[in-house]
Amino acid sequence: MKSESLWYIFINASLINNFVLAYFLGICPFLGVSGKMETASKMGGAVTFVMIISSMCAYGLHALLTAINAPFLQLISYIVVIASTVQLVEMFIKKMSPALFRALGIFLPLITTNCAILGLALFQTNKGYGFVESFVYALGAGTGFTFALILMAGLREQLNFAEVPNLVKGTALTLLIAGILSLSFMGFAGLGS
Amino acid sequence: MLNKTKDKAETGFLASLKDSPSTDEFIKGLWRENPVFVQVLGMCPTLAVSNTAGNAMAMGLATTFVLLMSNMLVSSLRNFIPKQVRIASYILIIASFVTVTDYMIQAISVDLHKALGAFISLIVVNCLILGRAEAFASKNTIGKSFLDALGMGLGFTFALLCLGAVRELVGNGSLFGYALLPGSYQEWVVMILPAGGFFTLAIWLLLFNGFKAKSQKA
Repeated sequence: MKSESLWYIFINASLINNFVLAYFLGICPFLGVSGKMETASKMGGAVTFVMIISSMCAYGLHALLTAINAPFLQLISYIVVIASTVQLVEMFIKKMSPALFRALGIFLPLITTNCAILGLALFQTNKGYGFVESFVYALGAGTGFTFALILMAGLREQLNFAEVPNLVKGTALTLLIAGILSLSFMGFAGLGS
Repeated sequence: MLNKTKDKAETGFLASLKDSPSTDEFIKGLWRENPVFVQVLGMCPTLAVSNTAGNAMAMGLATTFVLLMSNMLVSSLRNFIPKQVRIASYILIIASFVTVTDYMIQAISVDLHKALGAFISLIVVNCLILGRAEAFASKNTIGKSFLDALGMGLGFTFALLCLGAVRELVGNGSLFGYALLPGSYQEWVVMILPAGGFFTLAIWLLLFNGFKAKSQKA
């Protein structure tokens, strides 16, 4: 994988193949916590942190599992690592900022079942990234996720002042906006290659 | 609050289905508590692999299988798993069954495995499965959990098919790989792309909301 420069990996993960808008990973928090700008950016930060840690661990685990010839344990060990990282972050946030802890609510433990994180670990294994590449890939994916979340939150804050028919309110409207966002992200294709 | 004339017109079969509580566990997942349209759970695979009807069907069935097995195992172990570590145990159970499914699909069809890609492994983090384990299987008997999983799984498959069929037909002019529309039809390529997934799901949700609002008014 020497042909891909680190810069390209970053741009690819954050913009061209944005995890939320092109791969549909992490849709649940994307729809759930994108109501407010502040919560959205902090959620993005937490997810990015978990992504980086679990991506590093996944790299080590993959090497270990290949060494002991047990690839069928891949999924189980990845999910355990992610779950424990999330537990750690949860305790950290609870201690540091109880207000943020309440704002994130159920979505904090749900980071465990955020497909973006497991997806990231699986993709980097499939692509055969090395240690540094994995780190950059995780950083890019986290940035892309945060970026999408913040964009969405900004739009939804504006929408609060708009008159919307009752029928469209809620998830349907959010999905429509996500569709338009996804369309505009297609414009990034070809960037950085 | 259904239409009264409609209630009367219902045959004895449907009425008997409604009365029996165990069949209700099955029916509720199909329509009233449909995981995708009503509960909005399991969005990631719903959107990602519903670009063709075939993929949607395969994904739906794989999820149903994992849901059935994990629901039954969780239900049978519900008295043995300590409360503090229950979520972790559920995830481990689910991950094991997903690994089984992953290898099974690879054995059945390599092409299908390639088309679905990492999304088979990602069944692990489908909120629907963990949600059912926590909300239903951990409190109910094996038989009931089985019916619940079957209903939810088929409801999920149904929703995926709704999306997949529309996207494939409009975006590719075909259904399950067979060309249906005449060659002069200009495909809406956007429907197969990610953006199309969001739009199609939004429109289905709108239809569902509209239908619900109408039946509540009547």
